[in-house]
Amino acid sequence: MEQPLNLLDEALVLVSSPPPGRVILIEDQVETSGAFVLHHLIKRALSLDSSGVVIFVSLSQPFSHYERILRKLGCNLVAHRENGRFIFFDMLKLECPDGDEGDVIGGGLVDLYRKIQKAVEVGSSALPEHKRCITIMIDDISLLEVAANGSSPYVLDFLHYCHSLTSENGCSLVILNHDDIYSSMMGPTLTLQMEYLADIVIKAEPLVTGLATDVHGQLTVLNKGIVNEHGSLRSKLHNFHFKVKENSVEYFYPGTRT
Amino acid sequence: MASMRAKTSSFSRNQSALPLAQTPGIKPGPNGATFISTGIPDLDKILGGGFPLGSLIMIMEDAEAPHHLLLLRNFMSQGLVHNQPLLYASPSKDPRAFLGTLPSPISSKDEKSRNTDAEQEKGLRIAWQYKKYFGEQQQNSENHRNAMEYCNEFDLRKPLERQILNAQRIDCFSSQDSPNLTAFRDRCSSFLAQLPRNDGGNRGNVCAGRIAIQSFCAPQCGYSKMEWDMLSFIRSLKSKVRSSNAVAVITFPPPLLSPSFSKRWQHMADTLLAVRAIPEDDKELAKLLTGYQDMVGFLHVHKVAQINTQVPVILEATTFSIKLQRRRSLVLERLNQAPVDGSSGNSYDGSGSCSSSSKSTILDF
Repeated sequence: MEQPLNLLDEALVLVSSPPPGRVILIEDQVETSGAFVLHHLIKRALSLDSSGVVIFVSLSQPFSHYERILRKLGCNLVAHRENGRFIFFDMLKLECPDGDEGDVIGGGLVDLYRKIQKAVEVGSSALPEHKRCITIMIDDISLLEVAANGSSPYVLDFLHYCHSLTSENGCSLVILNHDDIYSSMMGPTLTLQMEYLADIVIKAEPLVTGLATDVHGQLTVLNKGIVNEHGSLRSKLHNFHFKVKENSVEYFYPGTRT
Repeated sequence: MASMRAKTSSFSRNQSALPLAQTPGIKPGPNGATFISTGIPDLDKILGGGFPLGSLIMIMEDAEAPHHLLLLRNFMSQGLVHNQPLLYASPSKDPRAFLGTLPSPISSKDEKSRNTDAEQEKGLRIAWQYKKYFGEQQQNSENHRNAMEYCNEFDLRKPLERQILNAQRIDCFSSQDSPNLTAFRDRCSSFLAQLPRNDGGNRGNVCAGRIAIQSFCAPQCGYSKMEWDMLSFIRSLKSKVRSSNAVAVITFPPPLLSPSFSKRWQHMADTLLAVRAIPEDDKELAKLLTGYQDMVGFLHVHKVAQINTQVPVILEATTFSIKLQRRRSLVLERLNQAPVDGSSGNSYDGSGSCSSSSKSTILDF
């Protein structure tokens, strides 16, 4: 890989060949946006020796927004889109109308799933088996809930379908969510289900001491599926601070900044 | 003093030299964003130029005080002064009545004399107060001069002239008329349909629209059982605003929403502000802050719009005091802590300066 690895990549174990079928969950809060992790992952996925395909389901921002950001990061989304390596679904206006029968709500999500499935099939047929690396990204899942008018069972179903794609076709799934929404809710919530599904959970949080110009927040990366040399599974927790810049993000351990 | 001002202004960015600044009230910003003014010069400065076109601004109200109306009025007045179309929605039966309370701009000549007046007065004060005010004040007055056209100061005591109100494209809407939000939604989309965005085209001739929605989840609208519908309304409004030349401001009282929904609303906002009133006689607070008598409330900036960029805007301070200068114009200032004597100041040691660390003091929202 041409780019130097940073702490985030190390934590995600992008060093070795990315194991297919991973689910990455990014959680952020009102004060600290986790979108930069998403941008980083788009760039990573597209820079992997011309084999990665990204299917991006956007519910929060238009294409031009991502295009500008990724251009500053050194990744031309327009060119990738023309090559068919970046497939963008603009779902800003997705609404699953509120009907009496449940089918109507599910309908919009089923359509969306069909589109994704089709894109995955096209993407995987174009590439040989061993090079296949498709990433499905959803920005963000809480808006999908809004689009489905609050019926989280449908959203969960949708997620499970997407999850099944990861095991069938070896796709990775990257989901952005806002966990402070659920912090005041009781009982099983969408976020718990997703944390269970996820192999890697990345939490972006503000510093408890408030915002600073040098440290924009901290990332906690929980990597559940690391196989150590004895062949047993263990999870690993990384914690570091970050500073977001236009063309890169700096990661560093707490206290290593002067 | 005059020569000094002339000197500093030659270093500042000359907005009028840019070809895009032909339309009054529109200013190009970084990352391809275009700003319109908030109607409060200080708030423009805090937010880095104003509200970017295509963004959704949410203001969290103080449930017991009408401070959000101060921001809303100036925002609306500024739009009318710039001849921008306006859609105003409120939970009252007769929303048009609110237009009568909009403040009128202070005429530039008037303002100038007042400015120099104020400056001299400040100059005297600076002589014996902290030095650091000095730079700020300079910048301040300069900002007024540059942005004279872009952002007016408003006299809160003088209502906007009738002919301005009558000449405008003002659309008023009572949210009580739309029990299921469909009519409201249609109204917003037909308003925004007049303001299509042409990306990459001539940004000089754009016409910017403003949408102001007051107390969106107020009980009298009868939306209380429709939390998801309200959210999807905001979402659709946001996506429509994003693709048009408009800015939408929604004020809402967070206590009326359940905590998780309140968070969802906050996530929805591009720019998130909060206002809070000052308790009438808070002795402790009065001891802590300078100029406490003139303050009418606090403004807290939670989030600044990140359009076309991933870099968060980190402000030097997030809490500002809202003051009425000469009882007429709105001024935002960073909180300045009064010099404390050793006996009372111990517990506030950590937040000595008025930097962002003041976030964790009692002034936190």
